[in-house]
Parts: sequence; C-alpha cells; structure tokens
Amino acid sequence: MSEITRRDALRTLAAAVAAAATFDRLLAEQVHQMVAQSAVASGGAYSPSTLSPHQYRTVERLADLIVPIENGAPGALEAGVPAWIDMLAGVNDQLKAIYVDGVAWLDAAMKRRAGMDFAAAPPADQTGLLDLIAYRGNESPDLAPGIQFFTWVRRMTVDGFYTSRVGMRDVYLGNSPSATFTVPAESLEYALKRSPLA
Amino acid sequence: MQTVHDVVVIGSGAGGGTVTKVLGDLGVSVLLMEAGPMITPGDFKERLAPYDLPDRGLGPKAEGYFGGTSAITYNANFGGATIEGEPYTVAPGSQFRWFRSRVLGGRTNHYGRVTLRFADYDFKPRTRDGLGWDWPISYDDISPYYDKAERFIGVTGKAEGIRSAPDGIFQPPAALRVHDVLVQRACATLGIRAINGRQAVITTPTNGRPACHYCGQCGRGCRTASNYAASYVQIFPAMATGRVEVVADAMARELITDASGKVTAVSYVDKNTGVERQVRCRTVVLAASACESARLLLNSKSSRHPQGLANSSGVVGRYLMDTVGFGMSATIPALSGMPKYNSDGYGGHLYVPWWMWDRHKELNFPRGYHIEVGGGYGMPGIGSFNATVNQREGYGLALKKAIRDNYGISANLSGRGEMIPNEQSFCEIDPTVKDKWGIPVLRFHWQWSDHELNQVRHMQTTFRQILDAMGGTINTPAAGRGRGAAPPAAGPMAGAGAPASQPVAPAASSVPISVGGGIIHEVGTVRMGDDPRTSVLNKFCQAHDVRNLFVADAAPFVGNPDKNPTHTIIALAWRTAEYLAEELRKGNV
Repeated sequence: MSEITRRDALRTLAAAVAAAATFDRLLAEQVHQMVAQSAVASGGAYSPSTLSPHQYRTVERLADLIVPIENGAPGALEAGVPAWIDMLAGVNDQLKAIYVDGVAWLDAAMKRRAGMDFAAAPPADQTGLLDLIAYRGNESPDLAPGIQFFTWVRRMTVDGFYTSRVGMRDVYLGNSPSATFTVPAESLEYALKRSPLA
Repeated sequence: MQTVHDVVVIGSGAGGGTVTKVLGDLGVSVLLMEAGPMITPGDFKERLAPYDLPDRGLGPKAEGYFGGTSAITYNANFGGATIEGEPYTVAPGSQFRWFRSRVLGGRTNHYGRVTLRFADYDFKPRTRDGLGWDWPISYDDISPYYDKAERFIGVTGKAEGIRSAPDGIFQPPAALRVHDVLVQRACATLGIRAINGRQAVITTPTNGRPACHYCGQCGRGCRTASNYAASYVQIFPAMATGRVEVVADAMARELITDASGKVTAVSYVDKNTGVERQVRCRTVVLAASACESARLLLNSKSSRHPQGLANSSGVVGRYLMDTVGFGMSATIPALSGMPKYNSDGYGGHLYVPWWMWDRHKELNFPRGYHIEVGGGYGMPGIGSFNATVNQREGYGLALKKAIRDNYGISANLSGRGEMIPNEQSFCEIDPTVKDKWGIPVLRFHWQWSDHELNQVRHMQTTFRQILDAMGGTINTPAAGRGRGAAPPAAGPMAGAGAPASQPVAPAASSVPISVGGGIIHEVGTVRMGDDPRTSVLNKFCQAHDVRNLFVADAAPFVGNPDKNPTHTIIALAWRTAEYLAEELRKGNV
C-alpha cells in the first residue's frame, strides 16, 4: 500500500470509473482507505502534487477565508477542499493554469498593497483585497483577473465543502435510511407562520 | 432442430417485464430478449454520496467545470437520447428527443414512479369531445388489471373519489413535506384540490419486498426493491422459477414470417459478437418501447408485407404522442431559515389531479393536465449552490449563512398534460440512415397543435397563481421535463450539478412547451382498435394481420391522457399476457 501514492490511487479510480460504465462502491472505499493511510504515513499532512507548496498554501488560506470554521464546526480547510482542488488541477490543465495564474495575480496585487505575497500578508490585508475581488460590482480592468479567479476559487471551495462528508451536513440531513418518514412540527409551523397561508 | 419457444418477448421494461411475470406465473415458458446488458442491484448507486467519488461527480478530467458532462451519473437510466452507434433522425422542421434505456428493466429502473389510473372518460375521448379516437376497451375492461398491478407492485395513495383520478388499492402514503403543505394550501385558495402522490413505492412489506426506507433516491434504482422496476420486481423473480430465460445484449432486427403470414422467428444481433442470430417462436410479444416496436414492424418487410409486418392499415408509426410538459419554480421566502429536516422521502408526496374535467367549456383547450410537486432538500452536488453564490457573492460566514438559509427553499410545479394524436406526429424508417448493426433507423416528425399550446398557457397562468399564493418569487419561467428550471449559473461555471432542463421547443409561438419526446412518454405508434383498416391491434393487443403477434408496451395506446403511461402499460400488458396464455392453451395461436 505504501508505494501507492494518493494521486495514483485516485487516477486508478478515475480510469476505472471512466472505463466501467458502473461505479463500484468497494473500489471507492479502497481508495478512501488508501488516501487515509497515505495521509497517516506522511504524518497527516497532505502534500500537493500539482500546485507548488506556495500555491497550495495560498489556496489553503483562500479556502479558510471563504468557508471558515464556525462555532468549532469544520470549514473548507478542515474538509480537505485544498487537496481536492490540487487533485482536480492535476487532471485538467486549464484548471491548473487558472490556479497558477490566479495565485500569481494575488501575489502581485498583495505586493503592491503590502509588499509581500498574499499568503504571508496580515489577515486584514488579505480580507481587504478579497473585499475588492469578491464582488462583480468592483469590476475594473485592473481587478478583472482577480475577480475572475476569485469566482473560480469561491465556486470550487463551496462545491468542495458542501459535497464533503463534514460540509454536507450543514445543509442536508438526508441520505440516511429510516423506517418512517416524518416532518417535524416546528419546521412546518415555522414555514406556515411566515407564509401568507397561516 | 432448434428449440421453438412458446413465447419470445422483445424488451424488458414495464410491458415486457409484466408479460414475463404473468406468463411465468401461469406456467408458460418465456424467452426474454433485451437490447442492453443484464443488471444487478450492485449497478445501482443508491445512497452513494458525492464524497464517495474523488471528483465529486465532475468527471475524471473535471470536465463538469468546462461545459462537459460528468462521466458519472447516479441515475439508473443506462441510456439517454444519445446512444453511440444507435442514432435516429428528425425531419426538417420537427424537433423530437428519443430517450432509450438499453438495460434489463429499461426505463423502469429510474423512472419517476408516478402511477395513475386513466379515468373512465379517457378511454372514450372522441365520444366526449369529437377529438382523437375511442379505445376499443373501456375503463371496466382494464380496471381489474389496475387492481392486480397495484396489489402486486404496490402504489401509495388515498381514496379521494375524484373522477379524473380513479381510486385504486393503495399503500399508506408518506406525510406531506413542508413545501407540499404550502402548495396544498395555496391550491385550496384557488379552489384546486391537491392530494397524496400515487407512486409505485411500497410503504408496507409487500410480496417479499421490504418497505421503503425513504432515501429519496428512487431514480438511482432501489437496492431493496421497494419501488417498482421491471428488473427487480418482475424479471428476477420470474427467472427464479426456471421458466424464464433472458437473452441480454440482443438487438432485434426483424420478425421472420412463414407463407401463412405467422411469425416463426426473431432475427437479432448479438451485440457482444456482432453476429446475427435467430430464435424460433410460437408467438412473439413486442415490448421494445412504442417507437422501437414500430421500428421493428416497419423493418420486417417482405414481398408479402411490403409496408412492414402487421401494417396493412398503414398506421404503424402513426399517431405518435408524448405528454405536454411545462415547469415553473419559485423561491419561497417562508422556507428560508427553517429548521432543517430529512425531506428525502420517495419522489412526489403530493400531486394535483386535473380539476376542471367537467368544465372544459370554460377553457380554450379540450383536455386536462395534472401537476407534480417538487421541492425539499436534495443531496447537494457540484453546482447546487451556484445561484446563491452568484447572487450573494462575498465570502466567509455571511456567505455560509446565506447558503444554509437558502438551500432547499424552492418549490417546483411540473405540468403533465394530454396531447391529442395528430397526423403530423409520427415515426417512419429513415430511407438512408442505419445504426451500427446495419438496421435502418427511425425518422421522427413532430408538431404540437393549439390544443397543447393553449393548455401550456393555462399551466403558466395557474402555476404563477399557486406560487404567488405561497408568497413565492418565480425563479425562471421555463418549460421542460425538469422539476422547474434551475436559476442559470453566471459566468464560466455552468456546472455539472445543475439539473438538466429540457430545451424548450422554439415554436413560432412564445409558448414554452416541452420538446416532443422530452417528457419520455412516447406512446401510440401501433394502436389498437376494432377496425383493421385504421388500427394495427385488436382489443387484446393482438395484431389484426398476424394472429401470433402481440404488442405490450405503450405502442397500443389510442390516446395519451394526462396520466403517466406506466400504470396503463402494466395493466394492458397483464391483460394481454392472460389472453395470450389462454389462446396458447386453446391452441389458437
């Protein structure tokens, strides 16, 4: 198992899924085990295989800002979103270019603002820059590449978080078989009270 | 000497599955041919979550982010409108989509499980309003078979005493979801009655099958066989009797007849080897889907049958119908921030039967529609949050709260209406195009009439009234088979997770009606009737011209009432199978 890297395992699985029209749950479970074991083997830290360590650190910081920890509940960083993005960038050159160019743009913009890379900047400068590029209304020739990049990172961070095991539970309580189907009275009352139909 | 099979059934969906089960129970041996592969419950992706897939459903090369479609689908459709090497053509000026599932069980593995009886008046439409044609059977002929089907497959619902939605033998329905209650109350303010959904789902253990576990993923195929699919409810048990043999990956090419005009064999292509083979038969039952069954008859040409087999009337392929489709969704502010609950359940818990069946004089269209109600918290996927993210922008806890508050707060209404058969909607053999097996393909002609367009206009007005009464904000008034259209994703991110909404037919009018075939209710290409000059089949779905040829899918339909066709396919096939067994016993076929 140890010589099988996480990425090899994922590639094997992706190829298998593409080849077989049907998905094998056992195969997926094996891969999850491999991923877990390789994470343990490497001391628990994920090492990026497509993004550079610096680019990866930047993506980690962005993910943490986009979906942060909330009252102790995990955010996108804890949900493994950066590793997922690195994995996807490894199978799609267009996506990789978006992240490589995007991080370079962020670093250049932060150098002008605070004299250092984005990841190394104080949090106030980081959010100060995000407050510019997180809204289409701020569109300008200067900011356009940043806005476009942030739109990608935000979209992928949200997708990655809410499709993760820990993130999904924030919006969705289903996918659990049950002997009965019940609708809580408090939910029904909440909606009726706020509707024109009470 | 090759075996002569008593019955060869071609196609394993609702019709073929039912014939196979009923004949097997009556002690008749069946050879069942399916154009796709065998299936096992292990092929189903029920309860698989996005995080079980490393790419979360984007596809192996993340193509879901770049306009491509994911190679992975949770759905148990095993097919679609596009099948490699098996094309169809559409005549200039027409639009048509032909969805095919090549797999044991066909489309029943994934379909919506809406299970509605036709009303008594649906069998005599011409008598009622002068349009279309009357069926050679009445409600009383088929009602006992609806009973048998409901007892066997299990259907949820409650007795309501509504003429447009006849009561049946029902399993207890699940509770209404929160949005269902709002829709029901909104309908009540408009004098419209909304009732428990009638779904082919068992809520009590039935015939050895465990009750539903309410995971809401009926479309993925059910691992516990708690909803209806021909594969796991009918065919697997029938195979266990030892009287049923299944030949998978067998694409029927032609029916072979003898000098007396009887079918003696079915010629088919073994898809695994490409080799053409024949099986000999005493009788044959076509259940390949309405259009495939018509295609097979039209391709079974000989000097004796120059326009195809069983087609002395010339109506094979004619009077093709689909269901009229229109959808509208709204964001319901009253649901925003509501304490979340597991709303999975089993498909539609609420539906609205046609309520103006006795008031058509007040309307400018002659036939009705029903409304299917959707909403609740689906399993999140890639793209599920595009609308909120694009609208709110920003980042951090404020964005997270907006996503949490706005997830699952839409309600969707899907109109499903009756189409009246017309001369301009039909399929025929394309004069030049062949599939990869060398079998000539179908060419489709399609036209909606004002009957359907005016009906959609009525749906538009009514749906807006219902959603308004709930305090909703209409999302995107759009047609399609979908449960309402998803808000469009802005920018370069149109993603894999967005529900695929059917394109709207670009009719000369601005009416957003679905594309022909888009609701996947194609019926009526090999119709039944009393007169051999204007119909292909008699009232037992036996060919007028060929006594040992039967049809048991939706091809025999004379009309297409606003009730989804599967229940009537099953009931008719059941009746046909019993008749066939009796005729075999008597030596008449």
